[in-house]
Amino acid sequence: METVIELKNIYKTYVMGSEDLTVLKGVDVTIHMNEYVAIMGPSGSGKSTLMNIIGCLDTPTSGDYILRGQNVSEMDDQELAEVRNKDIGFVFQTFNLLARIDALRNVELPLVYSGMGKEERLEKAENALINVGLEDRMTHKPNELSGGQRQRVAIARALVNNPAIILADEPTGNLDTRTGEEIMALFETLHENGNTIILVTHEEDIAKHAHRIIKIRDGEIESDMINPSKVKKTAVPVE
Amino acid sequence: MGYFENILLALNSLRTNKLRAILTLLGIVIGVFSIIAIMTLLNALQAGIDTGLSQLGSNTFQIQKFPAIQFGPGNSKLRNRPDITYDEGVRLKERATVYKYMSLEFYEFAKTFKYESESTNPNFTIGGVIPDFLPCNDFSIQEGRFFTETEVFSASPVCVIGLETVDKLFKNINPIGKQILLDGRQFTIIGIYASKGAGFGQTQDNYAFVPITRFLQAWGSREKSCNIAIQAPSKETYNECQENVISVFRVIRKVKPGEADNFEIYSNESLMGTVNSFTQYFKYGAGVISFISLLAAGVGIMNIMLVSVTERTKEIGIRKAIGAKNVVILRQFLIEAVTLCLIGGIIGIVLGIAVGNAVGIFLNSPVVIPYDWVLIGLVVCSAVGIGFGMYPAYKAAQLNPIDALRYE
Repeated sequence: METVIELKNIYKTYVMGSEDLTVLKGVDVTIHMNEYVAIMGPSGSGKSTLMNIIGCLDTPTSGDYILRGQNVSEMDDQELAEVRNKDIGFVFQTFNLLARIDALRNVELPLVYSGMGKEERLEKAENALINVGLEDRMTHKPNELSGGQRQRVAIARALVNNPAIILADEPTGNLDTRTGEEIMALFETLHENGNTIILVTHEEDIAKHAHRIIKIRDGEIESDMINPSKVKKTAVPVE
Repeated sequence: MGYFENILLALNSLRTNKLRAILTLLGIVIGVFSIIAIMTLLNALQAGIDTGLSQLGSNTFQIQKFPAIQFGPGNSKLRNRPDITYDEGVRLKERATVYKYMSLEFYEFAKTFKYESESTNPNFTIGGVIPDFLPCNDFSIQEGRFFTETEVFSASPVCVIGLETVDKLFKNINPIGKQILLDGRQFTIIGIYASKGAGFGQTQDNYAFVPITRFLQAWGSREKSCNIAIQAPSKETYNECQENVISVFRVIRKVKPGEADNFEIYSNESLMGTVNSFTQYFKYGAGVISFISLLAAGVGIMNIMLVSVTERTKEIGIRKAIGAKNVVILRQFLIEAVTLCLIGGIIGIVLGIAVGNAVGIFLNSPVVIPYDWVLIGLVVCSAVGIGFGMYPAYKAAQLNPIDALRYE
């Protein structure tokens, strides 16, 4: 199976005044195409830092990060922006939609930044919204939508560029349980459609939707295993 | 992202903060308004002056006691100049050798004309002139005739009137041959001169011209100085003519060699030069005012853009997370600053042209649009937008996406 993400001996150190704080201490992870992975860990575990690195919002202090064959650990801001645009679809806990523009324009935005022509990107954005079941909410602004609908818009935005991975950071954290389950069901569908999903969470209930669970503690990988409840559906090799 | 979309985005964000945008715009509006209004007014006045001046005949210059336009307090040397008398004028006409026409003129201003029961407002002018007046001042006769040298010699009580007088006193009557009272003195109308239109805020159609000799008998020469208009034989002899007239007139006026002339020579060109040097000060003044207010406005723009960047930190984080490059963010905020400035600039330009022309029309000047200053205004506004928008935009572009996303 094709490798999408390869993290090799990743260290991340922050300089806090005179002290150095090492948040990630030699993390090795490989994620393949169409995997559904949850990264779990308590706050302070380095989970967020790892997510930022995987999301190309940050670069490791040392170690290599190979995303779809390209070494992003060496990239500068401009190149990282391009990788984020093309290869990563973010879904955030707080949705992070632009408040002043409607759902369609929000979903269209990544395509605007990738330089796609107007007609093509509108068509793609519409399709993405149809895929998440929001065909009748396209011209609504975020404040005219419910939390679940907003998260669907965010998912549509994450999908619109056909990224290598969908990186979801506590995607149900701001939703009630029922809506949260709906969103998780949507992720399941996306996974079945062939998307690679990385879910960052501290909630066991949410992580159990994933097919592979990586637990991280104090900057190191504590465990990396296949979710036993999902093992029947797909077999995922773990290195 | 295209510029057009960036502009829409900028307009959208300005709309969200209407009051703030308007207050910020005000500085730009005032700066641009002041320069455009003054330039429009000056151009309008200049156009008026140009047409007013061109009413002098071609190759013509004038001699008067005082300069046509004076700045500042008149100095005593000017004030003590002796009046130019009719005699001096006559002698100049006799002795000067290089000229084609020479007109001698005296004026009485603010007079009332009467015909039977009709009378004009007391703002009409009586001119005592000689036949050379016509070519020197580019006047022509529309009806009847002008008076002759003989009539000047005999001081005949005849006059030539203008269309405004005809309008006021002779509705549906042919004025030729009628008796008119000019400031209480009776004259026979022998002709009507063609309209000269309004130049520089005053009409020239409310004059009555009478033989200069009759004029001096009727109104005397006390406190009056003769205007002398001289037309050179040709363009080529213009300078020669002027030199000849000056040297002869110096002798007549008993100016010692080495002393300055005690009379003033001016022409269309020299008048224009004086006017131009005068308007120059206004231009500098307007320039300084605009510069200062645009500078202040620029600081306002920078301030508001910095606030905007801080308020929209989260938005910037989101945009960066989904792939906006630094340069895209920079451009977005820069275009927003420039859009803000240009809106202010356009409002200022429109107001400036409107007010400048309104004042110009009040002064009877033609409507003008100072295209060069409109262009300069727009360029300067863009420059202010770019200059003062650069730092906030740069700050926005350099935001760390992780921190920006976390910003609440």
